[in-house]
Amino acid sequence: MSAPLLQRRQARLAYAMVAPAIVLILLIYIGPMIAVVLASLTDYTLISDYWEWVGFANYIKMFGDAQFGNALRNTAVYAAVFLPCAFVIPLWLAISIQKRKQFRSVFEILYFMPVTSTLTAMALVWSALMDSRQGILNEWLGNIGIGPVNFLGSPEVVLFSLAGISLWAIIGFNMVLFIAGLTAIPRSLYDAARIDGADHPVDEFLRVTWPALAPTSVFVAVTSSITAFKLFDTVAILTQGQPAHASEVFLYLTFLEGFEYFNMGYAAALSVFFLGVIFVFALIQTLMADKAAE
Amino acid sequence: MSDLTHTPDLSLTDRITGALSRVTPGRIIVTLLLLLGAWLMVFPFLWMVSSSLKPTSEVFDSDFTLWPKTFAGWQNYYDVLVTQPYLRYLTNSMIVCVGILVVQLATAVPAAYALAKLKFRGSTILLGTVIACLTVPINVTSIPIYLGLVKAGLLDTYLSMMFPFLVSVFAIFLFRQFFRAYPDSIIQAARVDGFTEIEIVLRLILPAAVPAAAAFSVFSFVSHWNDLYWPLIVVQSQEKMTATLSMMQYKSTFDINYGRTFAAATVVTVPMLLVFLFARRAFVRGITMSGVKG
Amino acid sequence: MARLTLTDIKKSFGETQVLKGISLDVQDGEFLSLVGASGCGKSTLLRIISGLETADSGRIEIDGVAVDQATPKARNVALVFQDYALYPHMSVAQNMAMPLVMGRLPMRARLPGAKWVTPGHAQTRREIAAKVQQVAEQLRIAHLLDRRPAALSGGQRQRVALGRALVRDPSLFLMDEPLSNLDAKLRVEVRREIVELHRKSGLTFVYVTHDQVEAMTMSDRVALLQEGHLLQVGPPGALYGDPASIDVARFIGSPEVNLLPVRAVAGGLQLAGQALPVASGQPEGTDLMLGIRPEAIRLAGSGTGPSFGLQVVRHGVEDLGGELVVHGALAHAPDVALRLRVQKAPDASAPLHLPETFAAEVPVGAVLLFGAGGQRLAVGQGASLRTEVPA
Repeated sequence: MSAPLLQRRQARLAYAMVAPAIVLILLIYIGPMIAVVLASLTDYTLISDYWEWVGFANYIKMFGDAQFGNALRNTAVYAAVFLPCAFVIPLWLAISIQKRKQFRSVFEILYFMPVTSTLTAMALVWSALMDSRQGILNEWLGNIGIGPVNFLGSPEVVLFSLAGISLWAIIGFNMVLFIAGLTAIPRSLYDAARIDGADHPVDEFLRVTWPALAPTSVFVAVTSSITAFKLFDTVAILTQGQPAHASEVFLYLTFLEGFEYFNMGYAAALSVFFLGVIFVFALIQTLMADKAAE
Repeated sequence: MSDLTHTPDLSLTDRITGALSRVTPGRIIVTLLLLLGAWLMVFPFLWMVSSSLKPTSEVFDSDFTLWPKTFAGWQNYYDVLVTQPYLRYLTNSMIVCVGILVVQLATAVPAAYALAKLKFRGSTILLGTVIACLTVPINVTSIPIYLGLVKAGLLDTYLSMMFPFLVSVFAIFLFRQFFRAYPDSIIQAARVDGFTEIEIVLRLILPAAVPAAAAFSVFSFVSHWNDLYWPLIVVQSQEKMTATLSMMQYKSTFDINYGRTFAAATVVTVPMLLVFLFARRAFVRGITMSGVKG
Repeated sequence: MARLTLTDIKKSFGETQVLKGISLDVQDGEFLSLVGASGCGKSTLLRIISGLETADSGRIEIDGVAVDQATPKARNVALVFQDYALYPHMSVAQNMAMPLVMGRLPMRARLPGAKWVTPGHAQTRREIAAKVQQVAEQLRIAHLLDRRPAALSGGQRQRVALGRALVRDPSLFLMDEPLSNLDAKLRVEVRREIVELHRKSGLTFVYVTHDQVEAMTMSDRVALLQEGHLLQVGPPGALYGDPASIDVARFIGSPEVNLLPVRAVAGGLQLAGQALPVASGQPEGTDLMLGIRPEAIRLAGSGTGPSFGLQVVRHGVEDLGGELVVHGALAHAPDVALRLRVQKAPDASAPLHLPETFAAEVPVGAVLLFGAGGQRLAVGQGASLRTEVPA
């Protein structure tokens, strides 16, 4: 009789311990997620209290919406610039820094500093550095005979400039992840590779480092992709989607629709689309992580 | 005697010649690239601090000097901290971040312990929900949460600023992994010794969780300090403005005193940089832990 | 097929000198064990021989050719690692083929996907596959070739590591504690297999271990290292029976050798007041150490030849089945501990009974004598008469 009693006591205690978390998860995650799906089927706006069910009208509107297409295209262009650099540069840095004994921690600190800083404040600094007339970047470029470049004011350049700022902010983060991955590779694998004759750096990288780093690489690739898709802060503070909607990326468009124009139904549909994309990334990560761990 | 003094000298010369023999053109190029990269990482900070000490006329001077020609540092920082409400902003940020952190820890630690070590019906569903919610960013649920806060008349309050983050599914997951690794035998021994379950959590588990909690705290604090998206949605008055959000004011011509502008940017950025420099290990661990966050 | 010559190898890490001048000659086809406590420098020496580490000074020759600056590849050495160091993302076949792929294919044929892009090396690839198959069959792991290392047992991984070393026909076969991750039973089995492998291949083996039993049972010769010095090199029996110093005597042998403090007196030695008929040739009054192997102490009257008697107090007995290990002390000097190994008669029906105090004897020829500095001293028959111990 005492064992079930003990178990019942343990279960009662367990419910007491998880209750606050469950209530908050329902309020903050489950409820709003159901609500956002439902809201995406309405024409609700904050301005008028009258609303009705519109079925999939918001989704149909979305796929015909030029702004939506533009935002997706901008996000894709930005990601195409940002992602390869956000992967290759930190990987190279991690390998170069991890090997040296001297100054390793100094380099780690310096490269990691942007990660810790408040990006909104640093965005102001970047906009000053990138100023089309008086910015110091244009001064440097002028010295080598290039420019001046209108970094944030030209529709052709603005996404590249934003990608540059994001890279500055993320390189140290991905580098630290790669260094952690590299540190976990057993020394003896490199020794074995040298004994087996793989002493050329290319062989060493292809036969040991790259395969052993696969789980880290998947992780870095997926988190960086999500980061790219969530680009918001620098757009909000520096360009507000300008010039000529050239920097209006997906999340910023969703924000505008919801919290500037108060088209809550339509913004909810965009949010659901956003959730779908994130879900696909999570799925890719799970599948690839399983494959990499094999 | 001469032998004793001779040996270290020899090994020192050996080491120097050894170090010199390792200097190859490839290594020099790598080092130069690393230094150049580090300079690019750090330069915006140097420029920001330098500009914060200059009068407006000098900020965009074509010949940039690290140390101001005319020192306006006292005036700029006095204006920001005393004349402008920056102390208010910093306090708001602090209140919001500490409030979020305390509630997150208070809800996550017991829930994680129950999930890791106690048997109760529904634990699998709860864990599955927690893991599923890991992938859901605030951007997806922001519309319904915002509408709920509007209906409740809670906009522009500390509660509304903290609300979406009061439960961290990431923390629950992280602590659960951590508690699962805690040996069952010790917990059972404590039960045999007459400890109640609460005492076990308070006297055994919590002390052991301190390193994980420290790393998570740094992670939580930094991400909410630097958050722009949510304060931008719910904060309406100067009274509740956070330090990060205050940077948005400069997107228009809020202040044409550039020296003062960058003094403000410095004031907003410095707290997190200090946290980083003084708690580097916990910081890097905390931020790479977001690992699971996806 | 190679002879390895090391001359005055020195190596330091920072301020710590790990190897303090090692000179060693390994004959073609020999099985040499480097044995010593952890931290004695044996693994560092092996890494220097393999080329993974460079010595600070000294010379390494393989077959008379200096290889100090040569890469491991150029030295053509094979090394089996303690943790096997199998590539986790490659199949067993790919792991074993690695040294051949690196050795026989040019860089452009080694790049990923090159198999399909440049078919020019099909012949070489077939040869590599055939060699891997052959070695795998020899090691009885042919059925595992498609598996990943993670799906193998410890013993199977061990064989794959051996296979990867064997495929290349190395000049030197180096092993770094290859058995330490196996359980006791498997260890004995693999030990025999490695010896067999050595006999069949005729290769020169250098084997690092901290386990003296492994070193003694497997090798032609054992090299004992301590704190960066080579204490003694010789056949296993020689290190046991004829140790060059007290450190060698202490390290080799289990249970450990009995070391009894004695003093040279006229005509012999004095052990805690008892005169022993062992001539040391040392000036009277010199403090010495007398070493007696546990099995050299026998029950009184159970042997012939010149010997001296000891009265032993029994403290504890470990019955190992075939023999007893007795822990005790000298009857008249309880602080002088003694360990004895007593063989049971093979047909003994009743358990061997030892009284609380019993008489034992030690053949004079079986004792080891060491000077105050630990150096080995010659012994002779002492002048005093053989002391009879009543049975």
